[in-house]
Amino acid sequence: MAGQGQRLTVVPTVTVMGMIKARLAAATRGHALLKKKSDALTVQFRAILKRIVAAKEAMGDAMRSASLSLAEALYVAGGPLRHVVQQSVSGPARLRVRAHHDNIAGVRLPRFEHFLVDDGARAPLLAGLAGGGQQVSASRAAHVRAVELLVELASLQTSFLTLDEAIKTTNRRVNALEHVVKPQLENTVAYIRGELDEQEREEFFRLKKIQAVKQRELERQVEAAKLYAVEKVAGEVALKRGVSVGAAASMLENGGGERDEDIIF
Amino acid sequence: MYSWEMLSFNIHDGFLEAIVRGNRSGLLTAADYNNLCQCETLDDIKMHLSATEYGPYLQNEPSPLHTTTIVEKCTLKLVDEYKHMLCQANEPLSTFLQYITYGHMIDNVVLIVTGTLHERDVNELLEKCHPLGMFDSIASLAVAQNMRELYRLVLVDTPLAPYFSECITSEDLDDMNIEIMRNTLYKAYLDDFYKFCAKLGGATAEIMCDLLSFEADRRAVNITINSIGTELTRDDRRKLYSNFGLLSPYGHEELAVCEDVDQVRGVMEKYPPYQSIFAKISYGESQMLDKAFYEEEVRRLCLSFEQQFHYAVFFSYMRLREQEIRNLMWISECVAQNQKNRVHDSVVFIF
Repeated sequence: MAGQGQRLTVVPTVTVMGMIKARLAAATRGHALLKKKSDALTVQFRAILKRIVAAKEAMGDAMRSASLSLAEALYVAGGPLRHVVQQSVSGPARLRVRAHHDNIAGVRLPRFEHFLVDDGARAPLLAGLAGGGQQVSASRAAHVRAVELLVELASLQTSFLTLDEAIKTTNRRVNALEHVVKPQLENTVAYIRGELDEQEREEFFRLKKIQAVKQRELERQVEAAKLYAVEKVAGEVALKRGVSVGAAASMLENGGGERDEDIIF
Repeated sequence: MYSWEMLSFNIHDGFLEAIVRGNRSGLLTAADYNNLCQCETLDDIKMHLSATEYGPYLQNEPSPLHTTTIVEKCTLKLVDEYKHMLCQANEPLSTFLQYITYGHMIDNVVLIVTGTLHERDVNELLEKCHPLGMFDSIASLAVAQNMRELYRLVLVDTPLAPYFSECITSEDLDDMNIEIMRNTLYKAYLDDFYKFCAKLGGATAEIMCDLLSFEADRRAVNITINSIGTELTRDDRRKLYSNFGLLSPYGHEELAVCEDVDQVRGVMEKYPPYQSIFAKISYGESQMLDKAFYEEEVRRLCLSFEQQFHYAVFFSYMRLREQEIRNLMWISECVAQNQKNRVHDSVVFIF
């Protein structure tokens, strides 16, 4: 798996291991939290999906009845009605859309809401007074219904896309934590622990070695001391006899050496 | 009653009556409608229509057809036939034929005035006008700012001038006023048409007065139903009813105070000719009323062809064609929107 066998480049010390362990704990906690967030988002996602399907089905019906009611109005009121109604539309729209945010597990979801601007100045539609007025109103109501559904659907679909993106990001983070960061940290900890063990062993070995050297040295000194003591005893004996042991030895040595050069037979 | 017309009718108007009766046989029949209702696409409709008199008007249309195109082309055919008849007509038939178009003319005037109020482009508005209701000075309607100016500058030269005398105020135009103006004009037009027909006398007067009375009563009922729940006061409502018709004047008094559809029904059931219409629809329902009225109208229009030597056939023919175009529009809408189960809801078979 990705990240397996990788580790951070750190100095293997106890302090660093403490830091890495703290990071590992943080990563584990973060992973658990993100996992929960991802689950919450998925639940929401499913719910929105369900509502989108319902809204789309309603949308089909609403649109069909709206366009049919328009046809009915045209049938009763005749062709000119279309233009008369179109002409009498003016000013800003009465049905408007407002956008605000919902917060779901830290994700800001855009949500649209329709509302009627009731300025009160607008007289009820009198178009088709002599025929078709009711159909015009019915058609208007049907279209308003359709627009409401459209707004709802738009809101749901935008939420859907945003949520989808958020879920993908969260899952990516969860996976990254689970499969990259955590193994990396664990490997680092293992590495540091291994290194520390190694160091400890090395240290032990060195100690042993030093101890051995020290021992040897001690033995040597003891030996030397013994020798010295012996020599000293011998010296004292020779002094008593008149020739130092050292002089005797040097006489022996020097005599032997110089004898090669000076003594000519 | 027929004595004098039989002697002299054909001298001036025989040819045109023959033409209009010929045209009448070109109206779509129940068999045609049944075929059209079976169509799956608008191209199928076009194919079926190509076998009828609409064929030449639709044959050059490129394939992605639209409902409005079909309606436009069918209207064009009606306009062509109308123009043809108008060219051949003598007095007083030519005046009679012109009277038929005044309704569209009123619609156009109202359309242009409303459009101007909302500062639309006049040329764009002119394209939307009904071709039957065009007149020469229509483009200059756009300059008017209030009713008085509208009258003084433009309408005084049109046949609509007398109708405006009733509704002239110097009030500024707004949506409410315009819709009331349209209906006031239409009322004046119906009154005038009624008087004109009565003056012609004979079978024309008899049949036309009947048809116009029906039209006036239907308008009264529609205005009543459509103004329920709006700001229109009872007095204003009362003023929009025509001065003739079966309901005038007592029925109008009762309609003026109606507050819901069932009260309208109560009023109308006192009049035997309308009893059958209201018997077809259930209580509290007004959606099917329009179809019931259309059916009754078509029945009456068809009956006018049973007599000879009168002008009502021209009126009937124009109205039947308009109904036919409405039917075609409904069928195409249903086919285009895939609502085949609704197709029979609003089609009024003519024959």
